[in-house]
Amino acid sequence: MRLNDEQQMLQDSVARLMADKGPVSRLRELRDSRDEKGYDQPLWQAMVEAGLTGILVPEEHGGIAFGLVGAGLVAQEIGRNLSVTPFLSTAVLGATALSTGATAEQQSQWLPAIAEGTALVALAVDEGAKHRPDNLSTRYEGGKISGDKLLVLDGHVADLLLVAATDGQDIALYLVDPKASGVTIERTIMADSRNAARIHFDNVDAEPMADGAAALRAALRAGRAVLAAELAGLSREVFERTLGYLKERKQFGRLIGTFQALQHRAAQLMIDVTMTEALALQALDACDNNADNADAQVFAAKGKAARTALLAGQEGVQMHGGIGMTDEFDIGFFLKRARAGGETLGDANFCADRFATLGGY
Amino acid sequence: MSDLEQFRAETREWLQANCPEEMRQPVRGPEDHCWGGRKWQFQSDAQRVWMERMAEKGWTAPQWPQEYGGGGLTPEQAAILDEEMKRINARSPVSNFGFWMLGPALLKFGSDELKRKHLPPICRGEIRWCQGYSEPNAGSDLASLQTRAEDQGDHFLVNGQKIWTSYADKADWIFCLVRTDPNATKHNGISFVLFDMETPGVTTRPIELISGESPFCETFFDDVKVEKDAVVGELNRGWDVAKYLLTHERNNIGGEPPGYLKGRALGPLAAEHVGTENGKLADSALRADIARLETDHMAFRALVAKVRAEAEAGEGVGALSAVLKYYGTELNKRRYELMMDAMGAEGLEWESERTQGGMFASEWLRSKGNSIEGGTSEVMLGIVSKRVLGLPDA
Repeated sequence: MRLNDEQQMLQDSVARLMADKGPVSRLRELRDSRDEKGYDQPLWQAMVEAGLTGILVPEEHGGIAFGLVGAGLVAQEIGRNLSVTPFLSTAVLGATALSTGATAEQQSQWLPAIAEGTALVALAVDEGAKHRPDNLSTRYEGGKISGDKLLVLDGHVADLLLVAATDGQDIALYLVDPKASGVTIERTIMADSRNAARIHFDNVDAEPMADGAAALRAALRAGRAVLAAELAGLSREVFERTLGYLKERKQFGRLIGTFQALQHRAAQLMIDVTMTEALALQALDACDNNADNADAQVFAAKGKAARTALLAGQEGVQMHGGIGMTDEFDIGFFLKRARAGGETLGDANFCADRFATLGGY
Repeated sequence: MSDLEQFRAETREWLQANCPEEMRQPVRGPEDHCWGGRKWQFQSDAQRVWMERMAEKGWTAPQWPQEYGGGGLTPEQAAILDEEMKRINARSPVSNFGFWMLGPALLKFGSDELKRKHLPPICRGEIRWCQGYSEPNAGSDLASLQTRAEDQGDHFLVNGQKIWTSYADKADWIFCLVRTDPNATKHNGISFVLFDMETPGVTTRPIELISGESPFCETFFDDVKVEKDAVVGELNRGWDVAKYLLTHERNNIGGEPPGYLKGRALGPLAAEHVGTENGKLADSALRADIARLETDHMAFRALVAKVRAEAEAGEGVGALSAVLKYYGTELNKRRYELMMDAMGAEGLEWESERTQGGMFASEWLRSKGNSIEGGTSEVMLGIVSKRVLGLPDA
C-alpha cells in the first residue's frame, strides 16, 4: 500500500516532532536522572496538543480516529528516535480496548481523558516469562480480581488498569482503579529503560466491560501491529546509522564499507528492513479495513519485525565494533529496545505459532 | 460506453468466437506451451489455429507496433486483453525468447530495417529465438566474454562457445553477444548480433543438470558467417543492449514458486506427509520453519506490491529489481528445502510413477539454479551495496 496525502502529512509532522522533542538523548536523560514518572512529559504534552493521544479515540469522544495506519506512523517515528511515551499503553492498547468493548458510561469517562492527556491507562495481561494470553490464572469472581501480573507497561503511573482475567469461562478485560485497596504495584525498570510494573491484585474491586473479551482481542491485535511499526522504524534507524558508519570508519587504510563481507550483510539488512516496513504497513491497513487475513498479517508483521529489529540491533553493535559496546554511544539503546519490544505482546516464536495455526498446520 | 469498455466488449466477443475450446483447458505441462518456429510440431489443430488467429490480430505481441506485426495496443488495452483471456482460461497463443527478450531489444535499439525483417516473423510464430550470452569463462563476469566476430570485409566470421543457451537445439535464430573489438576495454568491444542457427559452423549439445534433463545447451561456433547488417544498435555498443535485457530478465525471475508448489500452501502439504498432533504439524521444528518462511514470503509480497505501486507512480524500480531477484530466488530455494523436509522418503523416489519420475527431487534440485541464473545472489548483493546503499568500491 501507499500512504495517502493525509497520512503522508501526518508522517512528516510526527517525524519532525519526535526528532525535535523526543530524540534518543531524552531517553538517556530520563534514564540517568532516574525520572520518577519514567516517561517524557514535555513530549507527551506536545503529543496531546497535536491530537496524537487521541489518534484511535472516536471523534464523538474527542479523538481524531485516524486509524491504525496513523498510529503505526507515529510508532515508526517513536521507534526511530526511541522516544519515551505512554503512546502504546494508553493511546493504542487503552484506547482500542475501551472503544471496542467498554460500556457507554466507561467510554465517556475514559476516552475523552485519553484524548485530552489527563489519563494514562495500562494493560495487565502477562503473568509469567512468556506472553500466553489464552492461559491466565488471574481470577474474576463476584466483582473482585485476584492474581499477579508483570510487564504492565506504564503500570506505576497509570490512572486506570485494564486487567485480563478469567471468570472460569472467558478471558476478558476488567477495569481496576490502581489506587483501590488490595493493589500492590512494583515498578520494574526494564533493560530498555522503559516503564513496566509487577502488580499484585488481592481481592480488588473490578468493573466488567460490555464485552471485555472482544476488548482484549482488539487491544492485543492493535498493539502487535503498532509494535511491528515501531520495530520497523527502529530497524530503519539502526540500519541508517550503521550504513553511515561503514562510510566513515577507516581501518587498514580504507573505509570499512569497501569490505565485501560487510557490504553484503548491510545489503541483506536493508532488504529485511524494507520488507518489514512494507509488511507492517500492510498489516495495519488490513486491520483498518477488517481484511479476512488481518490476524495472520499482524502475527506475520510482529514476528518479522521482532526478528528484523533484533538482527539490526546485533549487526548495528557488531559493525560499530568497540564503540558500539560503550554506553556512551547510542546504538546499544536500540538493541535493548529491540529485545524488549520484540518480547512485548508475543515474541517471534509466539507469532509464528499463531500464524501457523491460522494457516491450518 | 467509453472507448475502453467498447474495446473490452469487442475483445470478449472476438475471443469467444475465435479461441478454440481446447485452448481454454488448463495447461497440463510444458508440452502444452506453444513455442512456434520452423521446427515446431503443433500439438493439435487447435493449437495452430489459435496461434494463427491471434497473430492475424497482432495479439501475439499486443503492445508492439502494428507495422511490425504487433497489436499496437495501449497498456490499458493490453491489460484488458490479458484479463479477458484469463477470464476464459485462454492459453498463451505462442511465446519464446523472441517475444520476451529480442523484441524489446529491437524495439529499443534496432534499426527500422532490422525491426521489419525480424519482428513480423516473431509475431507470426514462424521464427523461434534463443539467447547466446554466457560462456564457460564468462558467467557472472559476462563482459569478459571471448566469442569473437572478425571483420572479413563484407561479413563477420564468428568463432567461440556459448553455454546455457536455452533451447538452442530447437531455436531458429540466435541473438548473441560477440567481441568485435579485442583491443577495447571489456565493456566497449562487444556487439549484439543476430544470425540463423542453420548457418554452417553452428552446433549444439544439450546439458544434463543435477535435476536431470534441461532445455540448456552448449553452442559452438566454428567459422560462422554473419552478415554485417545483423548488428543491433551500434557496433561495439552491444553491452548497452545486454544490460537493458538483463534488467528485463531479472524482473521475470523470483517471487511465486513454479512447478508442483505453484499455488500450494506448504503447511497443509507438510501435514499430509508428516501428520498432525492436536491439529498442529507433528514435527514442531518443521512447523516453525514453515511459518517463518511463509512470514518472510508475506513480507516479500508486501515489498513487491509496494515496488509495483511506486513503479506505476513513475518512481521507477531501478536497482530494487536486484533486491527482488535476490530475495525471491532465495525464498524459492528455502521453500523447496522445506518441501523436501516434509516429504521425506516419499520425495526422494527418483524413478517411480508415484513421483512422476522424481518430480519432487528434480524440482528441488532445479531450484538451486534460481540464485545463479540471471545474476547470482552474490552479484545482486553487490549491486544493492553499490547502487542502493552507495557503498564504495574497494
